[in-house]
Amino acid sequence: MAFYGVDLKSRLLLGTARYPSPKILADAIQSSGAEVVTVSLRRESGPERSGQSFWALVRSMGVRVLPNTAGCHSVKEAVTTAHMARELFDTPWIKLEVIRDDDTLQPDVFGLVEAARILTEEGFEVFPYTTEDLSVADRLVEAGSRVLMPWGAPIGSARGLNNVYGLKALRAHFPDIPLVVDAGLGVPSHAAAAMELGYDAVLLNTAVAEAGDPVAMAKAFALAIEAGHMAFKAQPMEPRDMAVPSTPTIGRAALGD
Amino acid sequence: MPAKEREFQVSQSRIIVVGAGVAGLCCALELSERGYSVEVVERGRTLGDGCCSWMAGGMLAPWCERAGTDPVIAARGAPSIAWWTRHYPGTVHEGTLVVAHPRDTVELTRFADRTERYERIDGARIAELEPDLAGRFRQGLFFAEEAHVDPRRALMALAEALRRRGVPIRFGTEASPTGIQAPLVVDCRGLAAREALTDLRGVRGEMLVIRSRDVRFSRPVRLLHPRIPLYIVPRGDGVFMVGATMIESDTRSGPTVRSTLELLNAAYALHPAFAEAEILEINADVRPAFPDNIPAVRRIGRTLHPNGLYRHGFLLAPDLARQVADSAAELLPPLEMIDADLRQRRPA
Repeated sequence: MAFYGVDLKSRLLLGTARYPSPKILADAIQSSGAEVVTVSLRRESGPERSGQSFWALVRSMGVRVLPNTAGCHSVKEAVTTAHMARELFDTPWIKLEVIRDDDTLQPDVFGLVEAARILTEEGFEVFPYTTEDLSVADRLVEAGSRVLMPWGAPIGSARGLNNVYGLKALRAHFPDIPLVVDAGLGVPSHAAAAMELGYDAVLLNTAVAEAGDPVAMAKAFALAIEAGHMAFKAQPMEPRDMAVPSTPTIGRAALGD
Repeated sequence: MPAKEREFQVSQSRIIVVGAGVAGLCCALELSERGYSVEVVERGRTLGDGCCSWMAGGMLAPWCERAGTDPVIAARGAPSIAWWTRHYPGTVHEGTLVVAHPRDTVELTRFADRTERYERIDGARIAELEPDLAGRFRQGLFFAEEAHVDPRRALMALAEALRRRGVPIRFGTEASPTGIQAPLVVDCRGLAAREALTDLRGVRGEMLVIRSRDVRFSRPVRLLHPRIPLYIVPRGDGVFMVGATMIESDTRSGPTVRSTLELLNAAYALHPAFAEAEILEINADVRPAFPDNIPAVRRIGRTLHPNGLYRHGFLLAPDLARQVADSAAELLPPLEMIDADLRQRRPA
């Protein structure tokens, strides 16, 4: 799997917020084998960009940083935050979030497409956090995004995949664009389900950070993601309406297929 | 002469504690009580000046803190309730009340799963404990054994106890622990000790002090919320401390509009009558934390570094003080064999 030409072995991306401590975050990264972590600039920085010691800690964990624009409510805010991120982390990668409403944290897809276009023109490699809507996805690809991050369910809701049909359709429409389920997952089986649909990776934060044992939960998710991906590649059988005996039924009348 | 230029000289036979925040005062008192001669030096001009303990919540809530922290915090913090009761008569033993709005009851379940020593209570019991919350919440958790202090009064009580024991606190005195000639130095400077403790980082917190004529609480109330958890600690006379944000940032600049909005909003959600409260103070400061967020005493040569108190200052300073005094006993010759100067001298 590659994001913008960068090959990655791990299909798990981890957010860095809300862990009990940076030490536990580092241990969770290690136990899960995650190679990419997201870092929020707006919330963690405050004035004078003074989250430096936390960012230095994250950088020292030997992972690739995917800065995000969490908490941005407008195109302008998101673009400014992306500039700051590029300067601080020396990466063209940006996980683009433009939020419409603070209560639902639902993406503002109109602002998202506009911001994605501006940032791509400026040389950024954009990872847009979007819904599973096909037309929006199409617009984002048109705007230059070469990775899409559709939600499973609203941020932090732990509901799993709300619209399996929509996510499947998205996969079918964009066979060559890396698709990452971002947000809304609660337990490893949710992540396995996303991977079984043929998704390329899963991004998690709250489900790991707020688990009773984040380090064990990170590992559990990594295993589920690997299992789901392996199952997808192994071509799982399709569901049928009737039982199909696994042993031959010679000598008896066939029930008809 | 300005404080920073004043020549710093100490008696070479005393243990020097640098910093008069909650860590420094607890360490000085514990060492003095164990018989050592101690002196405290503090950069600030007065008690609380430039010291993040001054902004603390003062909750002695080891069992609530089990939610999201290492079990050692509760284990090492629980004895501090008795320590504070012994040293500060104003310690209030009324427990902690934890509530959530109906749409956030899942937060209450999660909190209950991770904590201990609580009683699940209903609306009637909530009303009994805090009559002003009658009819506002249907479920809650009551941690009856927890306590709280007013941090500023508690620090003043410690300073007074030190004075009575003949332990001087020299305010307005800048001192680098490496430049001090003393049998033992206890560096309690918090974040200012970063040059010695390179993995120390700042975690910013914002707090408010408000005065309400309408609402009275007897105990700290925690309102659970998926994004903006809040606590309100009564300080008496209708005064409340509202806290506190946790932001990975070192900046000491003033409180942001966002944080202030969040805190005020959460207070209003707890009780709409807080809308009429008077804002007495809005403040921000930075807590020192180690990467595991667990307070610890480190030793570098003849200097002990109790630090990284994070959001557990009042809960864990007594434990660090005990560790410091234990280390002093290991590092220094037995009290009866040493120079009389290093032993506690009772004022006449």
